[in-house]
Amino acid sequence: MCRLFALTSRDPISPMLAINALNTMKEGHDGSGVGLCLRGLGGRFEEELQGCPILSGIFTEAGLRRLEQYTMDHGFKSQYSILYTPETEPPEGTPVRGTYAAIAYKVPRGWKELTAAQQGQKLVEMRLELRKMGEEDGDIMVFSFWPDTIIVKEVGDPLEIGEWLQLGANRNLYARHILAQGRQNTNYAINLYACHPFFIEGVASMTNGENTAFIPIMEYMQSRNVTGYSGYQSDSEVFTHIAHYTTKRLGLDIRAYKHVITPLMDHEMADHPDREFLATLKRSCRKMIIDGPNCIIGTLDDGSMFMVQDRKKLRPGIVGGKDGIYAFSSEVCGIDAVIPDRDKSKDFQPMHLDTVIVGPDCKEIETCSQKDQLPRQL
Amino acid sequence: MLTERPITPSTLGVRDLNWQIEWDKDLCTQCGRCTSVCPVNAIELGVHRKREIKTPAGLMKKAENEYSIFYGIRQKTDPAYACIGCSMCNMVCPNNAIGPKREEGSTTQKFHNDRGGNPRTRGGRRNSGESLLDQIKFMRISMLTDPALDAGRHEFRLNTLLGRVQSPEESLKTYQEQGWKPPVREIYPLVIGGMSFGAMSPNMWEGLQMGVAYLNEELNMPVRISTGEGGCPPRLLRSRFLKYVILQIASGYFGWDEIIHAIPEMKVDPCAIEIKYGQGAKPGDGGLLMWYKVNKLIAAIRGVPEGVSLPSPPTHQTQYSIEESVAKMIQSMSMAWGFRVPVYPKISASSTSLAVLNNLTRNPYAAGLAIDGEDGGTGAAYNVSMNHMGHPIASNLRDCYNALVVTGKQNELPLIAGGGIGKSGNLAANAAALIMLGASAVQVGKYVMQAGAGCLGSEKDRCNVCNIGVCPKGITSQDPRLYRRLDPEKVAERVVDFYLSFDTEIKKIIAPLGRSTSLPIGMADALGISDRAAADRLGIKYVV
Repeated sequence: MCRLFALTSRDPISPMLAINALNTMKEGHDGSGVGLCLRGLGGRFEEELQGCPILSGIFTEAGLRRLEQYTMDHGFKSQYSILYTPETEPPEGTPVRGTYAAIAYKVPRGWKELTAAQQGQKLVEMRLELRKMGEEDGDIMVFSFWPDTIIVKEVGDPLEIGEWLQLGANRNLYARHILAQGRQNTNYAINLYACHPFFIEGVASMTNGENTAFIPIMEYMQSRNVTGYSGYQSDSEVFTHIAHYTTKRLGLDIRAYKHVITPLMDHEMADHPDREFLATLKRSCRKMIIDGPNCIIGTLDDGSMFMVQDRKKLRPGIVGGKDGIYAFSSEVCGIDAVIPDRDKSKDFQPMHLDTVIVGPDCKEIETCSQKDQLPRQL
Repeated sequence: MLTERPITPSTLGVRDLNWQIEWDKDLCTQCGRCTSVCPVNAIELGVHRKREIKTPAGLMKKAENEYSIFYGIRQKTDPAYACIGCSMCNMVCPNNAIGPKREEGSTTQKFHNDRGGNPRTRGGRRNSGESLLDQIKFMRISMLTDPALDAGRHEFRLNTLLGRVQSPEESLKTYQEQGWKPPVREIYPLVIGGMSFGAMSPNMWEGLQMGVAYLNEELNMPVRISTGEGGCPPRLLRSRFLKYVILQIASGYFGWDEIIHAIPEMKVDPCAIEIKYGQGAKPGDGGLLMWYKVNKLIAAIRGVPEGVSLPSPPTHQTQYSIEESVAKMIQSMSMAWGFRVPVYPKISASSTSLAVLNNLTRNPYAAGLAIDGEDGGTGAAYNVSMNHMGHPIASNLRDCYNALVVTGKQNELPLIAGGGIGKSGNLAANAAALIMLGASAVQVGKYVMQAGAGCLGSEKDRCNVCNIGVCPKGITSQDPRLYRRLDPEKVAERVVDFYLSFDTEIKKIIAPLGRSTSLPIGMADALGISDRAAADRLGIKYVV
């Protein structure tokens, strides 16, 4: 089973903190891969490049040239890039791929007149097009193309990869919201795109366990006519898309996410203040019900971070921290490694009805039960 | 048998018959029960005269004839009275002295089934044992990353939805605007398919209704039963049990007067209305209730004269086309109950199923589609229809589900599959396979008769006389002398028994697949089959 670790902090912090936390949980993952999602970036990305879409991925030399041509054709000018081509031998099991890049672009003229939704749509289309371009000879691998977002994925042990890529060395890679996953590749062939976290239009999430309802949910998501609901190299990718669908398409609060993926039983719903709404949601979102066993950790556009469990709560998950920094982890030792001086009595392990949210201000752990009344806008 | 009997082209010997009576003279006490119980009069009490020539030793005395008489059983060789293998004679024999035996080698009888130029009509189901559904394996067993669930311990939600489900966007809009919401029922995914009051004996019907009521009210399983065409007893229409009943209207409109007139007095709405356009065992053909079964009660409920055959036309005569039917009938039936009751059509699985489905997806009042495959049971149909016509359910259902997936309506229009489920007794496995191929619910008829009332029919042409009102178990007869054999209480008990068993077995299937909080509709990645062509066609894994 994979191990998950996420940090949300008021000030930008090194991604190596999250990777070190993963290392303390090493017994729980086989180190067959690592995925990192960095949001709320600090350094130059924050100071000079607010709002600029950042493309992150891995490129060969030829791939970089093709990328340059492609972005030029679309009127995107590279503003600042972190390009890292490791000179040393990669860790065992990691292939030599080329350049790891995060490139921030200045958007073309006229872009500002587009609505946010239209901008988002275009960015997703470009990301998919680039990914497709690289699929044939593997010279372009794109993980995200979105403002204030960098995603790193690689095969191999998380700590070795982190050190090899010198992730802690560049202060421009410091971020406020970090999702990290140490992978255990049990079911499928090792595929870089299958590595968590997944990202779409500001919504990122990662999951452990396996999604037994993968095929029906995948078919359902694909039939929603949403650009970007594609790929599906991992059976958990759909969890990100459901979160995106819930928040962006249906316009619901993240508290409703749990009601979509693990709705209440009828008798539990009977005396709920929102029973009519919940019954409507349960019925129409029936295809998105998951069976788990999963623990899902995700982050949203506004910088909030959440954790939910499947209905049976068969996966561990714990949230803890102190004012200014909170950690979401598969195991408590992960949090201990990063925030040892917190009040441990305030650690919270969400059970099968709970959603845990830490807002962008990183002030407190907010817990809500599915039995609670939902916010008024629902 | 006469010594000088004429040997004509259609003269058969006992050995030519499919079923032969084995009778043991030494065990028989000549009580006569077997002959009186035989539904087709295949056997009769016979007086056998035996002549023996006694030849004494030596040459002085002449040989003598010795005549003796004994009583015994004689099997008729007239195909009209051929034994059907029901084994009722054996069931009533106190000494186990008699019983039918299948003659595997003889095929002669089938050439003489159509005497008088009338092709054979029969009840039952397709006379072949094989079933594709039985070949399907469930193979996505969770072992490591997702530990298998415990079928006996975890909570399970097996219920399914019947009725038009709006898409998430639509339903939130309806919720916000407080608009009209299509009626949706939460039901158990195993539905008792349409077996009409008329085809069934009153005792059988009562037993089924009692069983269904018990399952709902005592065991909290929302099991539903379709009435089939032919109306519904007035008392049931006006009772609170109507909510467990799916009222069927077919092209003969039998019994609809009664139903329409009862609407103002109905205490509860029926579960749904099923408009039958076709059934799997006789696609493109109408229903046929033969005159034997149209007694006073049936005549009264159906609003027809007594003792006349009641063929329903193959199509709804007031409708010009399926498009028109979908538009008009669904709307008018919905209207009759104030748009509070789901209305859906039932069709034979056929090459035009997709066309019907496409029509339905664009009709906001359509509540689902029931598809009946070639193995669907029936009260009476021509032999050729049952054995050689129709479309198998698995691929037809899969095509329909995939069509819904393409348009993104797979949650919105439930598909109910029927036809051959539990044909070899594997009810739960067959049902689970169809659900994973895309069915929201499955319906069974024959299995209910076999398990619930001990129907003797088999897929090897055993019994199959449901159409002529001589059902030896009293399931499909309107003759009180026969249906008194069936105790409704026992039928109810058996129905409850097999539903509970089904419930356990289906949990045993889906729990190891890691599913428990929703029915695994369309979870085709769990299925495998060792037939390459079938795997490709159904889009499931090929495994050997």
